[in-house]
Amino acid sequence: MTGPSHPSSASGHPRLWVIASIVVLAAVAAAGAMIGPAGPDWWRVPLAMLERIPLLGADGLGISSGVTEREWSIVWDIRMPRVVLAGIVGAMLSLGGASYQGVFRNPLVDPYLLGAAAGGGLGATLVITTFGRSGLDWPVDPVPLVAFVFALGTVAVTYAVGASFGGLRTSGTLVLAGVAMVSLMTAIQTFVLQRNSDVVREVYNWILGRLSTATWSDVLLVLPYVSVSAIVLGMHRRHLDVLRVGDDEAIALGVPVARVRLVVVVAATLGTAAVVAVSGLIGFVGLVVPHMVRLMAGSSYRVVIPLAVTIGASFLILADIPGRTLSSPAEVPIGVVTAFIGAPFFIVLLRTRQVSR
Amino acid sequence: MSSFSAVVPSGSWLGLIGPNGAGKSSLLRAAAGVVAHRGQVLVDGAPLDLRHRSRRAALVAYVPQEPTLPDDMTGAEYVMLGRSPHIGYFSMPGRGDRAMVDDVIDRLGLGAFARRRLGALSGGERQRLVIARALATEAPILLLDEPTSALDIGHQQQALELVARLRDDHGLTVVSAMHDLTLAGMYSDRLVLLHEGAMVAEGPVAEVLSADTLAEFYGVRVTVHHEADGTVVVVPRRDRL
Repeated sequence: MTGPSHPSSASGHPRLWVIASIVVLAAVAAAGAMIGPAGPDWWRVPLAMLERIPLLGADGLGISSGVTEREWSIVWDIRMPRVVLAGIVGAMLSLGGASYQGVFRNPLVDPYLLGAAAGGGLGATLVITTFGRSGLDWPVDPVPLVAFVFALGTVAVTYAVGASFGGLRTSGTLVLAGVAMVSLMTAIQTFVLQRNSDVVREVYNWILGRLSTATWSDVLLVLPYVSVSAIVLGMHRRHLDVLRVGDDEAIALGVPVARVRLVVVVAATLGTAAVVAVSGLIGFVGLVVPHMVRLMAGSSYRVVIPLAVTIGASFLILADIPGRTLSSPAEVPIGVVTAFIGAPFFIVLLRTRQVSR
Repeated sequence: MSSFSAVVPSGSWLGLIGPNGAGKSSLLRAAAGVVAHRGQVLVDGAPLDLRHRSRRAALVAYVPQEPTLPDDMTGAEYVMLGRSPHIGYFSMPGRGDRAMVDDVIDRLGLGAFARRRLGALSGGERQRLVIARALATEAPILLLDEPTSALDIGHQQQALELVARLRDDHGLTVVSAMHDLTLAGMYSDRLVLLHEGAMVAEGPVAEVLSADTLAEFYGVRVTVHHEADGTVVVVPRRDRL
């Protein structure tokens, strides 16, 4: 190509941003694996990982970390699932938030908008009040399962209500239907809780979100849903950009607006419902991380979507570290930490960008 | 809209005029496929509805009266949206699309705005980017709904001259709704006068822009001057008692 070139994508270099964010994510994940109250010295952890790769360990290059099996078990069975789950949950929430903000053309929207969180919360509340949290010896923990089903069901009802008032062509009705459904679910939950005040603490802990009980089976539980969701949303990032000029112009540009909106909402909801089911409600990430990304790398969804995944994952892994190192009688809920770290950071970012413009 | 039928020859400019609420915008929106409609829009003899939506979008570029320009989108990103009809559902813009966008931006002298945010641009600059987006579509048919309503007289002329030049260069067919009758007459080959959803006059500029016709359908008192170069000037008149 000859002549002057105008980088047609985002401000700056989108590919560099994606690469940089992947490096950050790797560093944060490594820090997450190395830091913890118990377990081996932090610098032995990378060695212990290398040692377990075939041909590098005792029968190959002979790397030896001196980490005992017990210490390794702390790293592999306790820390790692927690790091990985935090990454998946953070990625999904900010990806879902960015996608919802895109299809609803509303910057104040988060992935809980259509009732995924309120529905999940009600589902979990019903299970805990009915069976009690402790003393359950079911083969499968019913709380995430029921929360997942309730989350999806609530969003489906919201969508049906919104669509019956012509909500597919104009996103406003759908948002209002979401507000109504969230209020209804929350009201029912409050009513149920009030009549079962003995389990309030259990439910409250669930609602505030936690990663502390993460296991590899939690990771495997959410991974399929989140993967499908991320792939579908990633494939629609160009459409999200076209939607930014409004439904009419997007239609005139050949985009099947109603179908794109449905597909994106379904995909984002599926992933969100899955992470809500295993980790409860973690605020702030879905609303604010997409905006952090926009402030840093520009507003094109072709950059926002991949960066929402990497930055969202890094953010939640990072936010989870203080929660498990500060030993306190009761662990600080992750939702509280995200807001504590995120809000000041966001304000600083907002301020510096305003000045530089 | 109740009755409308017109043939727009390829490469010509049809002006839609008529009082507020006459149906100019609705007609353009229907032709762009944005609103449901009865009747048919034929391009090269084939109904537009029957074509795939991206084929339709590649044939007809539509610029609404008040286009949405997201504040934090850059000029180049905005022009790139015009390439949408040519990009497969699961594809991303390719090298060809980027070259096309760069070319349009250069041709319209918009290089300075390519990396700037739309929110930081003036009305005239924004209008030129909107036209650039329509041009990036490479659609042979351009539907413009009041392309100059938000601009001052200088920028009105600039924008319309740009469209006229592009029409000549690319053989575009233009259908535009316009409020300013003099400007409408100056740029259009033919005019259609709409009134309460019906087509009430159609023909060459000098025929449609007659004082009697305008008085009847706009309820306005005007003087119509015919200049030596063929320009028809419509001047509102005030009858002093």
